Amino acid sequence: MRIAVDVNGVERSADIEPRLLLIHFIRDELGLTGSHWGCDTSNCGACVLWLDDTPVKSCTILAAMADGHRVRTVEGLERDGVLDPVQQGFAHCHGLQCGFCTPGMLMTARWLLDHCPDPTPTQVREAISGQVCRCTGYENIVRSVLWAARQERENRA
Amino acid sequence: MQVPAYVEYERATSVEHALALLARFGPRAQVLAGGHSLIPMMKLRLVQPETLVDVGHLTELRYLTVTGSVLRIGALTRHAELLAAPEAGRHFPILHDAERVIADPIVRQWGTVGGSLCQADPSEDLSAAFAALNATMVITGPDGTRAVPARQFHTGPYETVVAQGELLTEIQVPITPGAGSAYEKVGRRVGDWPVGAAGAAIRLDGDVIAAAGIGLAAVGAEHFAAPEAERSLIGAQAGEQALARAGQIAAEHARPVTDQRGPADYKRHLASELTVRALRRAVARARAAGRSAREG
Ligand SMILES: Cc1cc2nc3c(=O)[nH]c(=O)nc-3n(C[C@H](O)[C@H](O)[C@H](O)COP(=O)(O)OP(=O)(O)OC[C@H]3O[C@@H](n4cnc5c(N)ncnc54)[C@H](O)[C@@H]3O)c2cc1C
Ligand code: FES
Ligand code: FES
Repeated sequence: MRIAVDVNGVERSADIEPRLLLIHFIRDELGLTGSHWGCDTSNCGACVLWLDDTPVKSCTILAAMADGHRVRTVEGLERDGVLDPVQQGFAHCHGLQCGFCTPGMLMTARWLLDHCPDPTPTQVREAISGQVCRCTGYENIVRSVLWAARQERENRA
Repeated sequence: MQVPAYVEYERATSVEHALALLARFGPRAQVLAGGHSLIPMMKLRLVQPETLVDVGHLTELRYLTVTGSVLRIGALTRHAELLAAPEAGRHFPILHDAERVIADPIVRQWGTVGGSLCQADPSEDLSAAFAALNATMVITGPDGTRAVPARQFHTGPYETVVAQGELLTEIQVPITPGAGSAYEKVGRRVGDWPVGAAGAAIRLDGDVIAAAGIGLAAVGAEHFAAPEAERSLIGAQAGEQALARAGQIAAEHARPVTDQRGPADYKRHLASELTVRALRRAVARARAAGRSAREG
């Protein structure tokens, strides 16, 4: 079947098999390898990206389900060469080590701050509770997200 | 790498269209909602439909409203939407208790209430919650709609009364003023399916239990309910003694099986203990609801 998806603001269309998972469409068909593919069982969150305005584990939906919709991946976070505050936060607070979980964490963090600009550490932990990081022990991820939140509040003030 | 087997995809644009597609593609077609149970099942070849009929875009089935004294939940309502709905939490705290511990926040954005119920996994939390609340399931097919009590909806593991060609369209929950409800779950880790879980809904007359609903998940309770334990509560003083007895009866009638989530005897223990905890909180909430009704 033919699908058309707006990916990070660019219309992309392709002939796909309806069984193609969204993560494979993004990585293999479009070559956007920022989104990672980990457990394949909706448990790790490495594949989290946005479908329309909502984060989703893209190993657990079909590319066909995204036909006619918008997808935003980690590649779509920076604006005109400037990293998104959540990306800056991860860099600043050492929020990653191997980086495998990072794209998914960033997409969830962006969503959280859009809906909850001043989260508590508990709210950050809750938001990322469906995602696994085997390196950081989460401490620095939480710090990174809180740093970004502070930064954005200061920028707005 | 796990990928589903070859399948065709059709997107429904209305309930009518969905029913027409299901009729056209027959028994090898399967309804796709959020896909969060179905796609994992397809990856594992536990199901192998020929055609997916995607109802995930039917916003007409995505609502939560109170009409008269009934809370109506559209089948395509996402877990996160049920959790965010104040009218659901106000009338049925059990639903918010349960939603807070179903999967993780991202899965909750995509999994639907109807998909959960139709999946009919013996560990499905909402099946137990709606059994406790004695909800009604509205099923729509080519010949119109029919209403089925929650406790007759599931016919076995992964089986419901929703026939080929039909859709679950709505869940209706009767609102009882002054009632209290609660849900208690034990999982191995945050976001996991229950090792055991219990829900309770209680109505008091003074301090006597006038009505009781108990739902159980993952412990092998028939129809996710504990009718014998419920009967033991009617007319009893809402105190520890009656609650403990109800827990014991619920456990006696449960048929848990040993699996990777835990041994059968532990699950039986959970059936009893979690029933008591859910009842305790449901009673406390019913008392609070009664107080605020009296104070007007
Ligand atoms: C990581 C993870 C953790 C989870 N943890 C929990 C948990 O702790 N507790 C819990 O209870 N659940 C849990 N779940 C299950 C989750 O609640 C369900 O996967 C989800 O809600 C199913 O909804 P869906 O819309 O994705 O259904 P789908 O996967 O699209 O469909 C499921 C089944 O229902 C059928 N169906 C769907 N909608 C309809 C309809 N309207 N009419 C007729 N048939 C229909 C489909 O044909 C399919 O057979 C978890 C899932 C995941 C992925
Ligand atoms: S790869 Fe999708 S959740 Fe792990
Ligand atoms: S940084 Fe390595 S998994 Fe999170």
